[in-house]
Amino acid sequence: MSQKTEKLIDKKGLRLDGRKLDELRPIKIEIGVLSNADGSAYIEQGKNKILAAVFGPRELHPKHLALQDRMVLRCRYHMAPFSVQERKSPAPSRREVELSKVIRESLEPSVFLENYPRTGIDIFIEVLQADGGTRCASITVASLALADAGIPMRDLVVACAAGKIEDTVVLDLMDTEDKVGVADVPVALMPNLNAITLLQMDGILSMEEFEQAVNMALEGCKKIYALQKEALKVKYVGVKEEAEE
Amino acid sequence: MSSVITRVKQKQIAQLIEKGKRLDGRGLTDYREINVEQGLIERAEGSARVFLGKTEVLVGTKIETGEPFPDTPNEGVLTVNAELVPLASSTFEPGPPDENSIELSRIVDRGIRESKTLETEKLVIEPGKKVFVVFVDVYVLNHDGNLIDASALAAMAALLNTKMPNYEVEEGELKIKSGYTQLPLKRHPITVTCAKINNRLVVDPWLEEEQTMEARISIAFDDDGSICAMQKGGSGYFTPEQVLEAAKIAKEKADEIRKKLKW
Repeated sequence: MSQKTEKLIDKKGLRLDGRKLDELRPIKIEIGVLSNADGSAYIEQGKNKILAAVFGPRELHPKHLALQDRMVLRCRYHMAPFSVQERKSPAPSRREVELSKVIRESLEPSVFLENYPRTGIDIFIEVLQADGGTRCASITVASLALADAGIPMRDLVVACAAGKIEDTVVLDLMDTEDKVGVADVPVALMPNLNAITLLQMDGILSMEEFEQAVNMALEGCKKIYALQKEALKVKYVGVKEEAEE
Repeated sequence: MSSVITRVKQKQIAQLIEKGKRLDGRGLTDYREINVEQGLIERAEGSARVFLGKTEVLVGTKIETGEPFPDTPNEGVLTVNAELVPLASSTFEPGPPDENSIELSRIVDRGIRESKTLETEKLVIEPGKKVFVVFVDVYVLNHDGNLIDASALAAMAALLNTKMPNYEVEEGELKIKSGYTQLPLKRHPITVTCAKINNRLVVDPWLEEEQTMEARISIAFDDDGSICAMQKGGSGYFTPEQVLEAAKIAKEKADEIRKKLKW
């Protein structure tokens, strides 16, 4: 692999795909794309293409998993075998098991679980094409699917990553930047509550760089939040707005 | 990792923490007693047992030969696995690793991997074909909370204890010679976990605090105080201010542990 020799940031301060340091990839969101699901949504963020579907609240199977005082939220993050360069086995990998857990934990604080005791909600996330930052895009789209299913929530959850490539902190890393870069910090936020519900990091950052990366990711979250709300309005208020580039 | 704790007790723990106290008498940023022993398992290439209060974790390392990953032909392989064996807690069940043990092993793995602790480029026998594979197996023997910090410490201690057989490569054939050398390690990451209870941060939560906490955050620091891995867990949230506060507390604690262990 000759990726290591590639320059990730050119002299003008632009990245491989021509983005500025604090620029998001183009995002397209659709709500209610699957007729069998109680709620669904689709997101494209750069080359990421991700579908999320929500079923429930419904009776939980197996029944012994049900909780007397609240709803059980289950989440499966899964990558399609054709979503990456080399075919991925469809069996859940350790990475997918971990991501399913952290995505679930990022969404749980947003849902009024106590309103639906003894029931369960299943969130299924299928990554159809991956290009770095799929866990964040998955959270963004899964929260919209929950909203589409009419589940009462404290706020939407929105996620975005920041990281360090070469010597610079940048927003929304794509696959190559993630692989060759120095560090990656995915963050999920409920903007109205100023609550961080997912935070991970790998790579090496100083305290100052970490603080800078978190702040940049939070700004990114707020921008995507606006897109989330707009997508819901397009579906439910019927306000048709020209897609903004 | 749920188990039985009454609401009354949860409330008691939360109320005490509001006053800056903890049920087991510790201050909010106090660790339990840490005890590290190395080299308990002769059959393993390296081993270590860590006690964190009553939490007990044993880690054994094995070195075998295998193929490198196709995208890193010039690097050896590090594999971390964690087993929550049923003898460690009434809530652990036999069977394939569940999400808790997978998360645990991946957090331990990230701390070691991202800090570039193991010099994998020195573990190559034949580039692209044959390399050394270092297996780090985390065995939880008694669960009394904060398995993450205990496992990360034990994994690092076991790696420091690991001996590689001396070898020679003759025409692509591996020849084991007598004697051993130290595994090539250049960093010593230390992971510190803070739990959020009643909107305050406590270090090194024990079992009942874990069953009370809203969320936890685990941060790994390398030798020069840089952050090399981080993971939030649990169904609650942190404010951005709390995240930075946790990072600050965790760094102090990591420095303290580093000094104590002379890493």
